[in-house]
Amino acid sequence: MNSVTPKEAKRAVVQLTVLRILVYVILIFLSVLCLFSFVMLFINASRSNGQLQAGFTLIPGGHLLDNLRNAWTDSSINIPRGLLNSFIVATATAILTTYFSALTAYGFQAYDFKGKKLLFGFIMAIMVIPSQVSASGFVQICYKYGLTNNYLVLILPGIAAPIVFFYIKQYMESNLPMEIVDAARVDGCGEFKTFNFIILPMLKPALAVQLIFSFVQSWNNYFLPSLLLTKAEMKTVPIMIAQLRSADYSKFDMGKVYMFILLAILPVLVVYIILSKSIIKGVTAGSVKG
Amino acid sequence: MNDKQLRRNQKGGVSYAKWGYLFIAPFFLAYFIFTFAPQLLTIYNSFFENYREGLKQVGPNFVGFGNYVKLFTPDKTGTINILKYTGNTLALWLLGAVPQILIALLLAIFFTSYRLNIKGQQFFKTVIYMPNLIMASAFSMLFFTLFSNVGPVNQLIQAWGWSDVPIDFFAYKGTVRGLISTMNFLMWFGNTTILLMAGIMGIDQDLFEAANLDGASSVQTFFRVTLPLLMPILVYTVITAMIGGLQMFDVPQVLTKGKGMPDRTSMTLVMYLNNYLGGSKNYGMSGAISVIIFIVTGILSLFVYRSLNRKD
Repeated sequence: MNSVTPKEAKRAVVQLTVLRILVYVILIFLSVLCLFSFVMLFINASRSNGQLQAGFTLIPGGHLLDNLRNAWTDSSINIPRGLLNSFIVATATAILTTYFSALTAYGFQAYDFKGKKLLFGFIMAIMVIPSQVSASGFVQICYKYGLTNNYLVLILPGIAAPIVFFYIKQYMESNLPMEIVDAARVDGCGEFKTFNFIILPMLKPALAVQLIFSFVQSWNNYFLPSLLLTKAEMKTVPIMIAQLRSADYSKFDMGKVYMFILLAILPVLVVYIILSKSIIKGVTAGSVKG
Repeated sequence: MNDKQLRRNQKGGVSYAKWGYLFIAPFFLAYFIFTFAPQLLTIYNSFFENYREGLKQVGPNFVGFGNYVKLFTPDKTGTINILKYTGNTLALWLLGAVPQILIALLLAIFFTSYRLNIKGQQFFKTVIYMPNLIMASAFSMLFFTLFSNVGPVNQLIQAWGWSDVPIDFFAYKGTVRGLISTMNFLMWFGNTTILLMAGIMGIDQDLFEAANLDGASSVQTFFRVTLPLLMPILVYTVITAMIGGLQMFDVPQVLTKGKGMPDRTSMTLVMYLNNYLGGSKNYGMSGAISVIIFIVTGILSLFVYRSLNRKD
C-alpha cells in the first residue's frame, strides 16, 4: 500500500475504470429489465386492438383515451367501482394499522408493566407466521356469521400488524425523547391526550412511511379478499384483474386489457414516483439497527 | 424502555402500568380475534371432515388424522400431491431467491463502495425497488399478456425470425417456472439490495480502513470483514424471503389461472390451500394443508437460521 510504483498505480486505475464500466452495464441491464414490462404496458395501453394484433412496436398508438373510455365503461368489469372499493379498504386499513401500531409501540416504550418482556417476545414470534395459515378458520368464521362481503373483516385485522409495530418501536427508541412525556405529565396532560397530541406529531416521518406501506399492501392484497368478497359490487381491483385472466381471453379487446392493468397499478405508481426518496429510506429503518 | 426511565416512574410513586396495558390491549384483542382464534379453529378443523358438495354439506365429522392421511395418499397417477406442491413451491422460490440474494449482495457492495463511487444511485434504487410495490396479480396479468401467443414477446420472436410459429410459454414447465421466478426476482431484488446496503453501511468504517492498511484485497475484505458482519441481516433477509416464498400465491395463481399448468408443475402450496378453500369450502383439508405450511415454515426458518449461524 505504501510503496506503489507508477506502473502499478496506472494498472490499478485501468482496473478500476474497467470495473466501473462493468458495474454500470450491470445496473443499466437490471434497470431495463425492471422497466421493460411497464414501458410495454404504457405503450400497449395506448394502442387499439387492431394495432396490437398487427405486431410489436415501441411507438405509442394514440388510442389511450379510447381504451380508457372502453375500460372505464366496461359492463362486466366495473373498474371505477373496484378502484373506489380498493381505495376505501386500503385507506381505512392503512389508518388503523398505523395508528394502533404506534399506540402499541408507545405502550411498550413509555410504560412498565408485568409481563412486558413476554408480550413483546410474543409479538416478535408471531411476526414470522404466514398470514395464510389462519385463513381457513377465518373464512369459516366469516361464512358462519354472515361476514362475507363486509369490508370490516378485511380492515379490522389491520389493528394487529407486528411488522409495522416493530418499525415504529424501533423509530421511537432512537427518535423519541421520553423527557417530553414527563413534561406533559407535569403540565397535567392526560396519558391518552399526550399520545394523540404530543407523541403522534413527533412520529410523523415514521407514520407517513408506514401509512404508505400499509396502503400499498392492502391495495395489492388478493388472497383473502378473493375468498371473502363474492358480490360483484364489493370486489376490489386485484379480484377484477384475476377475473380478467379467467375470462375468455381471445374475445377481449387487448387495448382494454392493458388499460385495466394500467389503472390497477397507476395509483401506487404515481405515489411512488412522487415519494420514492422517503419510501426507499423507509424500507430499511424498521429492520436494521444502527 | 431504558432503566433510567423505569426508575423515574417508580420514584414518582404513580403507577402507569394500567396505561401500558390499555395501550397495547387493542393489538392483542385484534390479534386474538382475527388471527389466533382462527388459527386454533384451523388446527381443530384439520381433524374433521367438513365440506360442501354442490348444495349438500358433508360433516363436520371427526376423522382424526384422516385428512392428513388423505393428503399423503398417492392419487391415481401415483403422485402425492402435497409433496409435489411443496417441491414446486421450493423450486419456484429457489429459482427466484438465489439470484435475488446474490445480485442484491453484489449491488449492495457496488452502491456502498467508495472506490467505485457509483453515480445516479438514487435513480437506480428507485427503478429496481419499484416492482416491489406493484400489485402482484396485475404484474402477473401483465406478464401473461406480454408472453401470450399473440403478445409482444412472441411478435418480436417472429419478427426477428427466431421462430415461425408463436412459442407457447405456458405449455412448458421450464418457461412457466422461469416466468414466475423472474417476476419474483424482479419484485424482490431491489428490496433486498436496499436492506443489505443499510447493513453494510452500518458496519464500522474503521474496520474497512484497518483491513486496507493490513493489505487486504477487496475480495479478502469482503469475505473476512463484510460478510461475517453482514450475517445477521443476511439471515434476516433469507428467512423473510423464504417465508414470503412459502406464501407464493398471487403470481402463479393469476399467471396459470389457478391451474398451475402445465400438469400442475407450478401449483404452489397456497394455491392448493386456495383450491380447497375457494369452491367446496373444505375446511378439513384446507385446515390440514395450513398446519403443514405452518410446520414447514417453522422447520425451514430454524434450518436456515442454524446453518447460517454455524460458525459461532
